[in-house]
Amino acid sequence: MPDLLIELLSEEIPARMQARAAEDLRRLVTDGLVEAGLPYAHAQAFATPRRLALAVEGLAPRSRPRREERRGPSTTAPEAAIQGFLRATGLTLDRLERRADRKGETFFAVLEHPGREAPEIVAEVLERAIRTFPWPRSMRWGTGDLRWVRPLHSILCLLSDEGGAQVVPLSVDGLAAGATTRGHRVHAPAPFAVSGFEDYERRLGQARVVLRPAERAARIRHDAAQLAFARGLEVVEDEPLLAEIAGLVEWPVTLMGPVEEDFLHLPPEVLQTSMREHQKFLSLRNPATGRIEGFVTVANLEAADGGAAILAGNRRVLRARLSDAAFFWDNDLRTARAGMAEWREGLRAVTFHNRLGSQRDRVGRIAALAREIAPAVGADPDLAAQAAEVAKLDLRSQMVGEFPELQGRMGRHYARAAGLPEAVAAAAEEHYAPLGPSDTVPTAPVSVAVALADRIDTLAGFWAIDEKPTGSRDPFALRRAALGVIRLVLANGLRLPLAPVLAAHGPRLGAAGEAFDAAARADLLAFLHDRLKVHLRERGIPHDVIDACLATPGADDLARLVRRAEALAAVLSAPEGADLVRLYKRAANILEQAEAQDGVEYSFGADPKWADHESERILFAALDAAEPAVRSALEAEDFAGATAALARLRGPLDGFFEAVQVNTDNAVIRRNRLNLLSRIRALALGLADLGRIEGGRSESGQAA
Amino acid sequence: MPEDRAPATPVAAAPQSPARAPAPDRPRSFQDVILRLQDFWAGQGCAILQPYDMEVGAGTFHPATTLRALGPRPWAAAYVQPSRRPTDGRYGDNPNRLQHYYQFQVLLKPSPPDLQDLYLASLGAIGLDPARHDIRFVEDDWESPTLGAWGLGWEVWCDGMEVSQFTYFQQVGGHDCRPVPGELTYGLERLAMYVLGADHVMAMPFNDPAAPVPLTYGDVFRQAEAEYSRHNFDAADTARLLRHFEDAEAECRALLDAPETDPRTGRRIVMAHPAYDQCIKASHLFNLLDARGVISVTERQAYIGRVRALARACADAFLRTEAGGFGGPDAPPA
Repeated sequence: MPDLLIELLSEEIPARMQARAAEDLRRLVTDGLVEAGLPYAHAQAFATPRRLALAVEGLAPRSRPRREERRGPSTTAPEAAIQGFLRATGLTLDRLERRADRKGETFFAVLEHPGREAPEIVAEVLERAIRTFPWPRSMRWGTGDLRWVRPLHSILCLLSDEGGAQVVPLSVDGLAAGATTRGHRVHAPAPFAVSGFEDYERRLGQARVVLRPAERAARIRHDAAQLAFARGLEVVEDEPLLAEIAGLVEWPVTLMGPVEEDFLHLPPEVLQTSMREHQKFLSLRNPATGRIEGFVTVANLEAADGGAAILAGNRRVLRARLSDAAFFWDNDLRTARAGMAEWREGLRAVTFHNRLGSQRDRVGRIAALAREIAPAVGADPDLAAQAAEVAKLDLRSQMVGEFPELQGRMGRHYARAAGLPEAVAAAAEEHYAPLGPSDTVPTAPVSVAVALADRIDTLAGFWAIDEKPTGSRDPFALRRAALGVIRLVLANGLRLPLAPVLAAHGPRLGAAGEAFDAAARADLLAFLHDRLKVHLRERGIPHDVIDACLATPGADDLARLVRRAEALAAVLSAPEGADLVRLYKRAANILEQAEAQDGVEYSFGADPKWADHESERILFAALDAAEPAVRSALEAEDFAGATAALARLRGPLDGFFEAVQVNTDNAVIRRNRLNLLSRIRALALGLADLGRIEGGRSESGQAA
Repeated sequence: MPEDRAPATPVAAAPQSPARAPAPDRPRSFQDVILRLQDFWAGQGCAILQPYDMEVGAGTFHPATTLRALGPRPWAAAYVQPSRRPTDGRYGDNPNRLQHYYQFQVLLKPSPPDLQDLYLASLGAIGLDPARHDIRFVEDDWESPTLGAWGLGWEVWCDGMEVSQFTYFQQVGGHDCRPVPGELTYGLERLAMYVLGADHVMAMPFNDPAAPVPLTYGDVFRQAEAEYSRHNFDAADTARLLRHFEDAEAECRALLDAPETDPRTGRRIVMAHPAYDQCIKASHLFNLLDARGVISVTERQAYIGRVRALARACADAFLRTEAGGFGGPDAPPA
């Protein structure tokens, strides 16, 4: 069983594309081999900044012969059709088979495909993979037409077994495959031949190239930790950065330097961001003080001077970068200590959206809204409004202008510098959370008030100007804003009916607010409910359970809605729950059909005296007990209790359906039974519309 | 003129290899860096051109790059180009920012297979030995909305500092580049500051510090930086600039709309270069208006679109000239 080794050596592949490209190479080649009838045992792909490599083990030496049958036209088909079939199959008429079936006689072509040797198939598959490679962006170079992510310099393609290695004959746009590669650009630029994967990886190592990305990352992680430890520091974890660095070097050489005294006063996040964004440095933290006191840079070179020149250069560049950062920080602090009036004014100049006014307008709206909802979240209204006024000011600071990702974090520093209360400073940072679905949700009341007001204003504004998300398009991240509202409410257990909040916010939107009418508000609420369904589905609550609960009044109170849904979902997940739904649906269906047929609504007047059968009397008794139990539980918002009380009707209802026919000939008894069922329906509807629970939960769910 | 007699074979086909060994010593001044780069690329067979005599935002705007990137004929040129970015003026105070600065530009068409090696050797020529310095090619795709141009390549880092842009042009003026040129742009001040160990651009020696009249970069440019900063930010007359912009645009169109046959000589003379001069003018006027803060965010896109339309029209016209391959063996269909 031969092994296959492929290497595509090019100029530097963007770090962010390497992992995906290695995987694409593996997939394209192995899929192609299998498709061509060449199975293999194992395949592994690797990427460095300059190469993609693929090692396939245990490849079949040749594909098996294959017999293919193709059905052709009828023997009575027009000549042109028959000629076409002959062309397609490459056969002559006398080589076709005639087979009779019920409809007549049909031509069949039986094609014998002989087995093909592995090199032939590999060459074909690799050339196709190169020509169709799914780079996010590719280019041409020189005079050629081939496209690759950057100029492709060599192709290594080798089949090897116990007998030795052979180059797979292959040429793509004048680039012929061979058995050689090159090592590190500076340390080992001369070409060398390899005999197989093990030899390849070993020789690359000698030529100062670590083939495996994980190994490069591990080396960097290890060396950085060692260097840091020697100075009593620790590496600030940053896996995405580490992966990026591992994609920039073939031979990682880790160098450490200090953050100079002049810059130690900068906030850690400023140092870290500046070093990461501009220089791709790892930050080193003093565990005792939390300060960032050093950096690690990773060179792609073992320099003769031990990296002295490289480190000196990097320190120089860092000094310039941090001088900029320190300049911004000092200027910003001056503005902050002066009360930030300059920034407040500056927000007027920033358009939020041409139909929704400036950032200053928006801040005014958020402040009013935060004040309004403050009591519901347990925050002091004045503090909430003040925090909202301050929360966006850092957008005008020089630091956030340079590093937008520091918004909020700088706001906290500057609010403190301005001498504002800690709750206000905290809200400046925390009101941006939650961003992602796994982000922590703020719990400090003032932060929660501002965070909610921010998102509700955004949603209301874009709904007012009809800029809603469509399909995959959500340029204003409104889905994220809606999820933020949901998570803020649920995580904090807030009792905040949204309908009146939205209604009160319309007038604040100015001219745009006129379009934020009842229909638009209902649509926004429905959008929130949709996002809630997605959110709860991830937490194991099926969407139909939410739908059932949405039919009850007060569904704009999301916290209550969710508790209701959770209680219902818990009951429904048991077999008895499914049975309850089945019985309820049966009752509701019978009622609806009768109501449609009779043109009346059966709503009251069920009387035990017309009970004709013991099962009816039992059901009456059970209902008499259940009704007060369900209602008082609902009043206490004890949804689990209400659901449990309702579920106690299951046995009696089951017995009732077993024993009697609702639609009996006796009109009085029939009406009485329908009225009895309507009591059940009315009672259940107080909890949820069980009719919306999807069928199929029980095999007899369709019963009517 | 020599410009029209491009080398018959691509420079890559017969490079003077191996690349010249780096000078053992380091440059001593800003001009030494420039001279060494010129010398190096002259040694690689490039025509060393002089700066274009117009105000441009970057070396790419020189017709020796923008126009010569187009068409089938091989090209190899290197030159220094003074470049202006009016919004970057800091009155000569900022250690790294200037509204007038220099780029060193190399354009090789088709891009030779060893362009990266040549580039590394050029760093060696100015004292940055790749065996001592960490040179990295970091993804950076280049796009010029005003030129309707884009390419793929890298920013090149030396010990953590960006010192060059390295781009394989894919399109210019909306036309695919065939063959593909390789473009190198060295940011001269930054590169020289690094090589010379200067912390402030104005403190960097311009000529030999041992010369009878040693001059720093500041001696040469500080005065002008302050004057132009004032001019760019406050003094330039915006109404007049706007008018000039309209004029340049109209003139560019008029030149391109003129009949291809010259009535005086009876020869076919497409005026791609004079038209392109007007496009360059419009681009610089736009930059000045931008620095004066009179262009709103929405207008900005419209202005860029107007300049791009001119650049495209000039590119179209260039491809109808002899230098652009018109009538040649590989000529695109006329």
